[in-house]
Amino acid sequence: MKEGMTIIVKTITRFVGAMIMLFGAYIVLHGHLTPGGGFAGGVILASGFILLTLAFGKNVSSKILSQRAASGFESLGGLIFLGTALLGYAGGFFFLNLLPKGVSGKILSAGIIPVCNIGIGIKVGAALFAVFTALVILRIKPGKEE
Amino acid sequence: MIELYLLLAFMIIGAIVAVEIRSLLSSVVAVGVVGFILCVVFFILRAPDVAITQLIVEVIALVILIRATGVKKDVSAIVGGRREYFVIGVTVLFVVGFGVFSYWALSALPEFGSPLMSVSKDYLAPLAKSGAVNRVASVLLDFRAYDTLGEATVLFTAVVGAIAILRRKGRKTAEEEDKEE
Repeated sequence: MKEGMTIIVKTITRFVGAMIMLFGAYIVLHGHLTPGGGFAGGVILASGFILLTLAFGKNVSSKILSQRAASGFESLGGLIFLGTALLGYAGGFFFLNLLPKGVSGKILSAGIIPVCNIGIGIKVGAALFAVFTALVILRIKPGKEE
Repeated sequence: MIELYLLLAFMIIGAIVAVEIRSLLSSVVAVGVVGFILCVVFFILRAPDVAITQLIVEVIALVILIRATGVKKDVSAIVGGRREYFVIGVTVLFVVGFGVFSYWALSALPEFGSPLMSVSKDYLAPLAKSGAVNRVASVLLDFRAYDTLGEATVLFTAVVGAIAILRRKGRKTAEEEDKEE
């Protein structure tokens, strides 16, 4: 197992990786309550995957989330967002907030905003990870790796 | 207010260093300095949402830049030689003209930071229609959700372009065709 960085980086990544993912999920899910939201949380999720890729090499990270799966997740997130927007036509308008608003301040509140946040989070995270793999990993031609 | 102008001055210095320095890695680091100072500026202006996004995107951008630019190779192929005085003159003329006109245009704006709440007071009203506590999220995803949809489309286009240009499959077929020839 020569891929990746030194054992120090790998050990720290084992400790920190799950926490980064958890923090990203928290930022996405609490986007309507605290600063942050779908975009910032999605970028944090992508940074967790990028840390895995840099520390353990591309084989480990592509087992968890391959580039094809990342493209799929990006389309899925975009479709969630667009579907939520189209759902508004049931009430008459594009992007109509027709889900129940709930009590302001609870996590299940604000109608379609958490759903949109989750969609954007999935989309942005997968998109940035796909761009990272395209720029960094695919750039290395097969046979020329060190 | 003085610390804001100090930080802005540091940002300008960092940008000039990023353009002028010869080493590519140092240039990337200077770009990172500009980004992180911008994050602090957003915090001082009390915009934590934008500050968080700026901080995280800056970190990712630095990682991608350092990793993707191939720092090991010294790519300091900056074109030196004689300066082109005509280009410099036109540029200075354009910048001066832009400054004069933007001074006229911007002097019509209200003062920096003065509470101008003609539209946004509807968004900030207590118990606004969306029901979200974070007002930024309610503006982004309810009142102005159409803009966010456009932004998501821009990101999607960027990813499609990057993968279409850099994917390995197209490269392999091109190489095989070269071998067949």
